[in-house]
Amino acid sequence: MTDIPAYVLIDLLRKMLFIRRFEEKIVDVYSEQDMKTPVHLCIGEEAIAVGVCANLNRDDYIFTTHRSHGHCLAKGMDPKQLLAEFYGRKTGYCKGKGGSMHPASVEHNVLGTSAIVGGGIPIAVGTALASWMKKDNRVSVTFFGDGATEEGTFHESMNFASLKRLPVVFVCENNFYATNSPISARQPHDNIAKKAEGYGMPGIQIDGNDVIQVYRTAKEVIQVARNGGGPTLIECRTYRWKGHVGTDYDYEKGCRPRQELEEWMNKCPINSYKDYLIESGIISNTEFQAMISEIDSALQCAITFAKESPFPDISELLKDVYFERK
Amino acid sequence: MPWTKVYIDKADFEGTLAKEGLRGVSYKDAIREAQLQLLEKDDRVFLMGEGIDDPGGIFGTTVGLAEKFGKNRIMDIPIAENGLTGVAIGAAIAGMRPIFIHMRMDFLPMCMDQIINHAAKWNYMTGGHVNVPLVIRSIIGRGWGSAAQHSQALHALFTHIPGLKVVMPSTPYDAKGLLIAAVEDGNPVMFIEHRWIYDYVGYVPEDMYTVPIGKGIIRKTGKDATIVALSQMVYETMKAAKTLEAGGIDVEIIDPRSLKPLDEELILDSVKKTGRLVIADVACKTGGVGAEIACRVAESAYQYLKAPVKRVNFPDAPTPCSPVLEDAYYPDHKDIENAIRELL
Repeated sequence: MTDIPAYVLIDLLRKMLFIRRFEEKIVDVYSEQDMKTPVHLCIGEEAIAVGVCANLNRDDYIFTTHRSHGHCLAKGMDPKQLLAEFYGRKTGYCKGKGGSMHPASVEHNVLGTSAIVGGGIPIAVGTALASWMKKDNRVSVTFFGDGATEEGTFHESMNFASLKRLPVVFVCENNFYATNSPISARQPHDNIAKKAEGYGMPGIQIDGNDVIQVYRTAKEVIQVARNGGGPTLIECRTYRWKGHVGTDYDYEKGCRPRQELEEWMNKCPINSYKDYLIESGIISNTEFQAMISEIDSALQCAITFAKESPFPDISELLKDVYFERK
Repeated sequence: MPWTKVYIDKADFEGTLAKEGLRGVSYKDAIREAQLQLLEKDDRVFLMGEGIDDPGGIFGTTVGLAEKFGKNRIMDIPIAENGLTGVAIGAAIAGMRPIFIHMRMDFLPMCMDQIINHAAKWNYMTGGHVNVPLVIRSIIGRGWGSAAQHSQALHALFTHIPGLKVVMPSTPYDAKGLLIAAVEDGNPVMFIEHRWIYDYVGYVPEDMYTVPIGKGIIRKTGKDATIVALSQMVYETMKAAKTLEAGGIDVEIIDPRSLKPLDEELILDSVKKTGRLVIADVACKTGGVGAEIACRVAESAYQYLKAPVKRVNFPDAPTPCSPVLEDAYYPDHKDIENAIRELL
């Protein structure tokens, strides 16, 4: 990894850790029942959001899903405004109208989020089409799960993006489950990357828990897209530790085998990477501990900010149904 | 005023409008002209649709535009209506002004996820930070055995969805003005045309102009009954009015032009004056726009009604192919006349 500067390597760790602690903070406070929004946590999948977004510019577009927190943080969105949004406060990114499933920040080029499976994919192709038409040198990235690759929108989007060689990168986070349905019950092959072949597009299957592999792969295909080389599909194989929605481990409900979870927890994207950085002398254990404390205090501030923020005024109910020219 | 007048056919037009030296343009050419002027004026505008650049040019409405503006701005697309609606939404939120064109309204049910779950909700879900300036043109077909999947009018479905605007112009003047208004509006607008009025001619100014979305128009003033007529039924209603007039019945005709937002005030004021209401629609009856209009009148002007409200619609059945069944399926001016006579 000598080709990757130390500050980048450390930043990848910090960002993954930030997302992990952010999600764990939600687990801590969720039982208070003040955060009235369904949360889809991405614990275990942090390396993908971080490895991809580390290669994007501020003006590049990303489209996330109902499992949105990691992508938003990786793109640089503010945890205070995210949490305020989850608490339904007027200081939230969407004035409390979107919640956890629909974050948006124009400034970060997160132009809205669909919680319909596969719904955001064609929209990302659309922002890429706009970039292609305007020649503005931006790349669009769409994150989605394995379930989305069964939707028509995925196939329609891949076809069109390849046809026009649009600057878009398709990032599939294959966690092997759509809610509780295993991929073996839904797809004839265990190979999502291969679907790209039918659309004349490169498809790459990688270990989604290896942040360096994600980072390197994303760097290359984002550059290809930016230089007019067309889209790529990356299948990142990973695992979501928590249940589909909420803060519990779902093996308790019999949704997935506990052993499977434990195997994937052993492949934690953060632990092994942190160990590597310490062994390589890139950071010390003390620095790592300091990093955790710094993150936790920032998150405590963010939670306090969110909880102390005012709710939207009732007059907001019927505002923003339609855009009005000022 | 020439721009409010409805000409039933070319002879009617030539007999009146042309004599005054005013420019007559067909409905389809008015749409083409609106698009051409929008494309010239605004680099962000582009058209997309299946077969949009073929020689037929969407029944003439896009003829020659690909030659003039190139195939990137007049974009033929894959047969993937829902996905491409999403693409149009993405382009719109990234600063473009797409017009997505469907040769038949029947293709819109394939786009429902992107229209209803995405385009309609986007401005609200993002707290008003990201609006979707998208226009979706679709054309209602009719006749020649087009049957169940090539002749539907589904406007009522879209009026149910907060976040969408729905317009249904009946004259060339309104077609041009409403299309320009739709593109400039900044919201997702369903622009619904009717194939049968494509060759109807009316006064259309050469310059760009807008017709406000949400404003209806009185096509004919009258005192005995109000007929709210949609799209092609405006013409059937004009015919009916002539016959009724000969029999001493004086009806008022309202063309709402926009269904969402609906010009409720215009309709209520007319019903308050006439006390009678017939709604003539180009679609099936149950859950239709007529039901909504009747309900608004029941909510706000029931004390003015002297008779029950009547609706002239298609029956609640898919469109048949056989010419005999087709004739029985579609209501015309005679059905409107009968509905009025039953009220008086």
